[in-house]
Amino acid sequence: MKKLVIKSKGLSDKAIGWLFIAPTIILLLLINVYPLIYAIRMSFTNFYANKLTQVVKNVGLKNYYKILGKEAIWEKMQITAHFMFWTLSLQIIIGLSLALLLNKKFKGNELLTTTIVLPMMLSPAVVGVFWGYLYNPQVGLFTYIVNFFYDFGSFDMLGSGTLAPWAIVIVDTWMWTPFTMLICLAGLRSIPGYLYEAAEVDRASKWQQFVYITLPSVLPFLLLALLFRGIENFKMFDMVMELTGGGPGSMTELTSMNLKREAFEKWKTGYSSAYAVILFVTIFGFGNVYVKVMNKVKDR
Amino acid sequence: MQNNHFLIKTIVIIFIRLINGGNKMKKIISLILLPFFALMFSTNVKAESLTLGWAAWDPANALVELSKEFTAETGIEMNFEFVDWTSYADRMLNELNNKGKTFDLLVGDSQWIGGGAVNGHYVKLNDFFDREGISMNDFSDATVYAYSTWPKGSENYYALPLMGDALAWAYRKDWFDRPELQSEFKSKHGYDLGVPKTWTELHDMCSFFQGREIDGVVRYGAALNTERGSEGITMGVTAAMYAWGMEYEDPSNPYHSDGFFNAPNVVEAVEFYKKMYEDCSPPGHSNAYMGENLDAYSSGQVAFQMNWYAFWPGVAKGDKDGRVTGFFANPCQEICAATLGGQGISVVNYSDKKELAQQYIKWFAKPDIQQKWWDLGGYSCHKDVLGSPDFVKSAVYAQGFLDSMGIVKDFWQEPSFVELLIPMQENMHDYIVNGKGSAKGALDNIIEEWEEVFESEGKL
Repeated sequence: MKKLVIKSKGLSDKAIGWLFIAPTIILLLLINVYPLIYAIRMSFTNFYANKLTQVVKNVGLKNYYKILGKEAIWEKMQITAHFMFWTLSLQIIIGLSLALLLNKKFKGNELLTTTIVLPMMLSPAVVGVFWGYLYNPQVGLFTYIVNFFYDFGSFDMLGSGTLAPWAIVIVDTWMWTPFTMLICLAGLRSIPGYLYEAAEVDRASKWQQFVYITLPSVLPFLLLALLFRGIENFKMFDMVMELTGGGPGSMTELTSMNLKREAFEKWKTGYSSAYAVILFVTIFGFGNVYVKVMNKVKDR
Repeated sequence: MQNNHFLIKTIVIIFIRLINGGNKMKKIISLILLPFFALMFSTNVKAESLTLGWAAWDPANALVELSKEFTAETGIEMNFEFVDWTSYADRMLNELNNKGKTFDLLVGDSQWIGGGAVNGHYVKLNDFFDREGISMNDFSDATVYAYSTWPKGSENYYALPLMGDALAWAYRKDWFDRPELQSEFKSKHGYDLGVPKTWTELHDMCSFFQGREIDGVVRYGAALNTERGSEGITMGVTAAMYAWGMEYEDPSNPYHSDGFFNAPNVVEAVEFYKKMYEDCSPPGHSNAYMGENLDAYSSGQVAFQMNWYAFWPGVAKGDKDGRVTGFFANPCQEICAATLGGQGISVVNYSDKKELAQQYIKWFAKPDIQQKWWDLGGYSCHKDVLGSPDFVKSAVYAQGFLDSMGIVKDFWQEPSFVELLIPMQENMHDYIVNGKGSAKGALDNIIEEWEEVFESEGKL
């Protein structure tokens, strides 16, 4: 027993700390860092994972040049940017509005909150499938409701190149607005009541209270929601894949879907590794800048 | 197997002794444990088995029925894994690329034969065929060429033709037979409403039904292939392109498609298919393939459906006297041609049971089994079955099948066929469904991407 005590004294707190986190670090290195380094290495080759007998050649930056010079890739980037801009904008605006509504105390508040939150608990693939039915031009409820207000006749949300990009925006907004709403609600509930009382004493209007108290207080939360949703939507795949499969044509083919086609249908492993690295750098770069901005806002 | 029998005997003896000689508690425990051991050993003593992979559709169910006879004959159990058509290529090709052992036998699509052979996924069957006296001359030439050989037309066989198939058409014969519709059509177009001989006639007829009210319900013209995710729109539009005489490449200069695949007649065919889609499709038919076409037809929405022969037994099932539905081969235009479907059965190179898998193929190649295969709803490619005097009378679509199999054409069967298919799907969908750009532009884009693939493979 004495020996054991002496031995255990030999381990510093720092060493024990390292001992505890070592398994996690090893796991992260194995499943995150190693594949990343491997993908970067692959991105400089012409490797095809389905042609194992083919000699792998080093092609330098050729894959990167090819991707950045390809018009089709930029089209996918534009489609992704359109999807992100509109989904994030709508989710922030509607999410904040709903949070403001639910921050008031009224009968049925909890039931309403639970009901609103339901969509984000569903599987994205399931959401894609059932919105496909809702959009059906012959029997879809969505078509029926739109025609109820104004008779457009039969229109095909998923078959029209103009409407399909909006179809995926609507579904993602429906599904993920509750998430931004919850985060905003947490922010609203953290604002001390005395701030509003003081504002009222100073005879500040409701609008002034919103602009000078509510919005600044809830802004860090909004930015956090924006970050989470931004990252998620940049790599959006399952819902859109189920809903449109990227069509019509390639009008809703997001970069993640295009990457999947290159990597696991065409099996252009080297090329798609370069593509993945470009996407990673993009999101990582944006993410870093964004976090810095967010921290500045928080510090204010 | 011997060891298992010995173990079972030993355990049974121990149990009998315990029950006979043990005290009451031991007897109770023995009786409780007996079923568990029985269950455990029932799984261990299982007979030899094979796993066969295919797409999930009607013919696959017929194959399950047929294979019961194989199990009864050989004692080899057959397991099946059928994958939905939309994920079929993804699932199976990933399995092969990963050298998976899930399947011993694979019913692979015709376009996979190049990749299967070149990448070593399929076992070359020549020696086995020679040893067992299986002759490829016993099978229809077109199917052997399409499903079994690589390089094309050589005598290297990587599959046995299992399921002959081609793209064809079904139509609502009961609507066509109505006198008021017949006279209206004749006065409008100057010829009889009946089986269309050309694509132009097909367009006349399908647009005639578009939006027409029959029995108080609005009907539409035709359910066409427009699916984007896998191969749907390609299999549809090529039915028109072949009929307009399309060639994928310069016959005297392989892999050179410019001037052939984008020739004026091909551009016209693609434009015609788009016109068909715009003038004849039911609303929302913008991402449709086999299942959607069947649904549109069986629900009485459309006058025509484009689909594979594989589905005709199911369509004809409830219509024994053939009054409701008629079938016809792909119409001609500049030439007569049809899109090839169908598959061959191959032994997976990574299987540990190649010998057993070959036993299955040997059994399947027998003429009497081939006849049963046709009787159950599978499309045999065996000449004895196809040449039998009763064949044409055996089903309403049998003659059409024979006609089609004589004029079939297939998409590229290159090892890189997926890379060739994806740009075709995307560009055709973009032009036909989305209305983006022009037919010529879409074909040029496809050629550009194909050339890139062939260049990377050193073929150009």
